[in-house]
Amino acid sequence: MTILGKTTIDAPSVAAGEPETVLTVEDLRVTFSRGGRLVHAVNGLSYRVRTGRILAIIGESGSGKSVSVRALMGLLPPSAFVTGSAKLGDTELIGRDERSMRRIRGDHVAMVFQDPARSLNPTMSAGAQVVEAIRTHRKTTRKEAADRAVELLKLVRLPAPERRFHEYPHQLSGGMRQRVLIAIALAADPEVLIADEATTALDVTTQAQIMELLVDLQERLGTAIIMISHDIGLAASYAHEVLVMYAGRAVEHAETTTLFGNVRMPYTQALLGAIPQLTTPAHALLAVVGGQPPDLSALGEGCAFRERCPRATEECAVQPSLEMHEPGHRYACWNPTGMGREES
Amino acid sequence: MTEIREGTGTATAGGLGGEDSTAPLLQVRNLVQEYTTRGPGGVKTGVVHAVSDVSFDLTSGETLGVVGETGSGKSTLARAIIQVERPKSGTVRFQGRELNGMKKRDITAVRANMQMVYQDPFGSLNPRWRIEDVVAEPLLGHTDMTRQQRSERVGELLDLVGLNPGTYRRGRPMELSGGQAQRVAIARAIALNPALVICDEAISSLDVLIQAQVLNLFEKLRAELGLAYLFIAHDLATVKQVSDRVAVMHLGQLAEIGPAEELYDSPRHPYTRALLDSVPVLDLETGVARRPVPLSGEPPSPLHPPSGCRFRTRCPRAEARCAEVEPKLTDAGNGHQVACHFPLDSTSAASAGSLRDAWRGPRPEAMPTI
Repeated sequence: MTILGKTTIDAPSVAAGEPETVLTVEDLRVTFSRGGRLVHAVNGLSYRVRTGRILAIIGESGSGKSVSVRALMGLLPPSAFVTGSAKLGDTELIGRDERSMRRIRGDHVAMVFQDPARSLNPTMSAGAQVVEAIRTHRKTTRKEAADRAVELLKLVRLPAPERRFHEYPHQLSGGMRQRVLIAIALAADPEVLIADEATTALDVTTQAQIMELLVDLQERLGTAIIMISHDIGLAASYAHEVLVMYAGRAVEHAETTTLFGNVRMPYTQALLGAIPQLTTPAHALLAVVGGQPPDLSALGEGCAFRERCPRATEECAVQPSLEMHEPGHRYACWNPTGMGREES
Repeated sequence: MTEIREGTGTATAGGLGGEDSTAPLLQVRNLVQEYTTRGPGGVKTGVVHAVSDVSFDLTSGETLGVVGETGSGKSTLARAIIQVERPKSGTVRFQGRELNGMKKRDITAVRANMQMVYQDPFGSLNPRWRIEDVVAEPLLGHTDMTRQQRSERVGELLDLVGLNPGTYRRGRPMELSGGQAQRVAIARAIALNPALVICDEAISSLDVLIQAQVLNLFEKLRAELGLAYLFIAHDLATVKQVSDRVAVMHLGQLAEIGPAEELYDSPRHPYTRALLDSVPVLDLETGVARRPVPLSGEPPSPLHPPSGCRFRTRCPRAEARCAEVEPKLTDAGNGHQVACHFPLDSTSAASAGSLRDAWRGPRPEAMPTI
């Protein structure tokens, strides 16, 4: 597998006591064929995920953030063509058949989805679904599994776990359902937990609870978390490192405070400018970039953001590769912002 | 159809004509909306207290933001105001006319001045219609414009919402992106120069960059057409951005209502404080974010709201009195009202005492004082 351009996967600097890398994604590409056209959803994505750390992947819809993690899980439809490599330890995840993928899913990599109502089986009690997850991965008796399920429900701080064990999803609130899903995801002690917009459907108050839970679990269990989110504030609050995606590529990647303290990529800048802050005065206009996200079936040469980019120059007709321009800070841009001169 | 103004795109701010200009545009008093839940066999099993005794005013050209969690009754409130579902009790006066008890026909006429924009733009646009027909529909029903006039007006409206009429008027909703479809829904809503537009999570389904475009569009229309908005959203920062005043709803009741700056700077209700603390705040100077402080506990069920103050089960300041006496919305000065027995202090410096100590990150920079 050749790696595109000079893309290095040197990770952003990590504090002493280098955590172990559990998942290495290299040059991941996903193409869908849709109506005779090829949709390039992910175009050469590389990153590493380490034990006990949270990597946030942020971007708008269609940026490829969800597709890229679903590719790792082998959850894409047959119309998807996946290349590249994703290694969990020494195990290659890409190109496996469904049978062997099933053993990896849940056991090593688990996922929590956005909509807790639709991810649970409405005809099974919450407890039964946790038991099912446990017995799929471990040879245990029903009794042992049930005990472990209650333990897991306690772990995810479901109120009154013994009672909730017998309740059905419709009897639970959105936050409680998401806790049950997290319990299911943790049933087989996965090394990597992928939270795909796991708190997007929840209220702000519940969202904070679930995020605290994930962080706490991660500190206790040492799980690595990939957090997919469109909410930059949330990603900034919880993630150790952040990767910004646009049109299927990583465009900026660094430790959280490095990235948000020194934003370089105009796209990241645009995202930040577009979010209302609690401190924005009423009726203030937001900084807006015009245009629409690019058509993924007609991505030309060059930077995909250049049509909307206020800093675009002729150079941008050539795709900049994601490189480490500053210590621990990778970005793919010819005209990065905040380099001193023309800042207002 | 007496109050319809000519839809020629030259509306002036306010546009209330000869109406008494001091009377509020919208006056909601003691509004109650309840639903009966039924079990097997249609047996009545309970009552959902969706909106309980809500009162507020909205003046012409003003934006009132409404925030609250899921199930707080924000959308029910909007639907009761626009009389999609008749409220159980209470009154809604719009432009001096009482809407309760009004005939369906008359309400339809009133709605020319009171329009709604919904969350899902595709769900609210007929997929088989051309965009020009979608936008022209209210003109057809409420005005006697000729085909030529309607076509011109549609062109104006599409221009106003930032869609090139030449490119889009013959298209169909499914050809549009979410942001564009929402623009079409907005164009339709303002076609008759309404005085009030109710936005129910109108930007929630859009992507960040598109959200900003649509928010700016709302702002532009407010400035140019003098629209009043009732802006319902769960995102506190978005609501702050657009609103003159903000109402905080909790389980069907108003917890607090007041000028946006003041309410966000020094909230008086512990629930408002908790909501604000749940929002992650990113400091762009340092790149450090303040982690949200979660509120403990589950939101109570609107089927069985707690006695007394409905927030007391989750409130860090709750005392015995809160379970016994329901707090009424009382004046806290400066047009700021709060329904709490033990409100937080009004000065922001001393506010929230113990709650603020729980913050882990740096305090966000103080809001600009005006």
